[in-house]
Amino acid sequence: MHIIENGNVAAALGVKLCRANVIAAYPITPQTPLTERLSEYVEAGEMKAEYIPVESEHSALAVCIAASSAGTRVSTATSANGLLYMHEQVQWAAGARLPIVMCVVNRAVGAPWNIWNDQQDSISQRDTGWIQMYCADHQQIIDTVIKAYWLAEKVSIPIMVCYDGYILSHTYMPFDVPDQEQVDAFLPPFRPDYALNPEDPANLNTVTLPDVRMDVHGELAHGYMEIRYLLQEEMRTTLAVAAEAEKRFTEIFGRGGDPYIEPYRCDDAEYVAVGLGSLTYQLRVCVDALRKEGINVGVMGVRFYRPFPDEAIANALKGKKGVIVFEKALSYGYEGALASDLKSALYEHLAYTGALPVVQNFIVGIGGRDIRTEELTQNLKAATQHRVSKEPAWIGLKL
Amino acid sequence: MGTRNYKRKTSHSEHGPGDGGRTGSWRVERPVFDRSLCIPCKRNKESCFICWLFCPEIVISRTIPPTVNLEYCKGCGICAEECPTKAITMVDEAQFSEEDKD
Repeated sequence: MHIIENGNVAAALGVKLCRANVIAAYPITPQTPLTERLSEYVEAGEMKAEYIPVESEHSALAVCIAASSAGTRVSTATSANGLLYMHEQVQWAAGARLPIVMCVVNRAVGAPWNIWNDQQDSISQRDTGWIQMYCADHQQIIDTVIKAYWLAEKVSIPIMVCYDGYILSHTYMPFDVPDQEQVDAFLPPFRPDYALNPEDPANLNTVTLPDVRMDVHGELAHGYMEIRYLLQEEMRTTLAVAAEAEKRFTEIFGRGGDPYIEPYRCDDAEYVAVGLGSLTYQLRVCVDALRKEGINVGVMGVRFYRPFPDEAIANALKGKKGVIVFEKALSYGYEGALASDLKSALYEHLAYTGALPVVQNFIVGIGGRDIRTEELTQNLKAATQHRVSKEPAWIGLKL
Repeated sequence: MGTRNYKRKTSHSEHGPGDGGRTGSWRVERPVFDRSLCIPCKRNKESCFICWLFCPEIVISRTIPPTVNLEYCKGCGICAEECPTKAITMVDEAQFSEEDKD
C-alpha cells in the first residue's frame, strides 16, 4: 500500500511489520516521533510488544540487551547525544553478539547544543562492531529496517539503520508499505542460538580472561581475543550475507538493487561524487546539471558503511579520474572518515593497477547548515577541474 | 587445538567450578590454619566455621580441619580477618616451594 508519511513513520511501520516484541527508547529530537508512534501502536494493541519506558538512552539499550539475551526481537532508536550516552552499551551489544536493530536519526552532537542534521553521531560509532546502513529516502528507511532484522539475526550482529534527521525524519514522501504477509515470508520468527533460561542458568559476558580456558564441560572456550576476532571475521562475511538478504528481499518485495552502493550515472563518469544518506540524492541534481554542461560526473551512495564494502566500492570506481567525497561528519584532526576509508579501499584494490583515482573531500551541512544545491554543484564542478584544497574543504563556511 | 569449533561466539559460563579459569593463580598470599587455635579442631566437633561462612569464593570446607581449595582461593584474607581466634595467617606465596604451589 502506498502512503504519504514522514521518515519516522516509515521506520515505525518497518519495526511494527517486523513484529518486535520489546521496545525501549528514550525520546530525543529528531527521533521522538518514531518512538511516540511505536508506543501508540503498542497502546492500541496493533503491536504485541512490551514498551518499556526508561530514564535514559543507556538504560534503553541495556533493556534491549537484556531482552535480546532472553531471545526476543527488540527495537530501539536514538539520535546525537542520546547515541553518545549509549556508547558503553553500544559496544556491549556488539560484543554480546545480539541482533538488535536501532534506528539512528542523524543529528549533530554537542557542544555546542544543536538539534539539526549531520552524521557525526553515527560516524563516531563506526568502530563499535555494529553494522551501519544508511538510507537516502523513506522507501529505503522502511525496507532497510526489514532487511536489518533479517540480517542482524542471521549474523548475530546489531545494526544501526541511519537516516538524516528532519531531511528524512520529518519530511513527507510517498512510499510503499509492504503487506504483513510479505514481511512474514521474508522474516521468520526470531530463533536465537541461545536464550537465557531460568531452568539452565548461565553467566553471559562476565570477566573473560586474556587466554582461552576450559569450560565446566571440559571444552576449550574462547578467551577475549577469540571472541573479538570472531566479531571481525563475521563482520567481514556479513557482506556476502547482505547480498543474500538483498536477493531474498528483491524476490519477495519486487524492489532492491546493489546491497552496498547506489550508483547514479556512474558507468561513463570520469568523476564520481560519493556520500552517505539523503545527500547523495541531492547530489543527483548536481550531477544532472553538470552533465548538461558536458562534465562527465556521477554520484554513488554508500548504503553499507560497516562492514565497509571496500571491494565493491573500488570496483565501481576503477578507471575513474577522480572521486569527490561529500561528508556531514569528520574525524577531527584529519578528514572525513568515509574519505579515509574510501582511499584505503582504493589503495588496497587498485594500487597494483598503477592507476588510482584522485580523492577530494568536502565537509558539508555540519549542524544543519543549509546545503545549497547550486553551491554543491559549483564545488563538485571545481573538483573535476583542479585540486580544490589540500585539507578537506568546508562548503558554506562563513569564516 | 584452538577454539574454532567452540559452540558459542560469546563469553558464556555455566554454574560449576572453574568456569572463569583457575582463578587461584592470582593469589599473592595464602591462608594457613593453626590447628591449635582453630575452634572446631580444638573441640574436634562441628562448631564456629566462621571462615567457611565468610569465604566469598566458597573454597573453605566445613570440615575438621577446614581445608582451602587453592585452585580458586584468591587470597583475599577475609577468613583470616574474621577468624575469632586468629587461627588463620596469610602467608606470602613466595614462602612456598614450586610443588606446594600446585
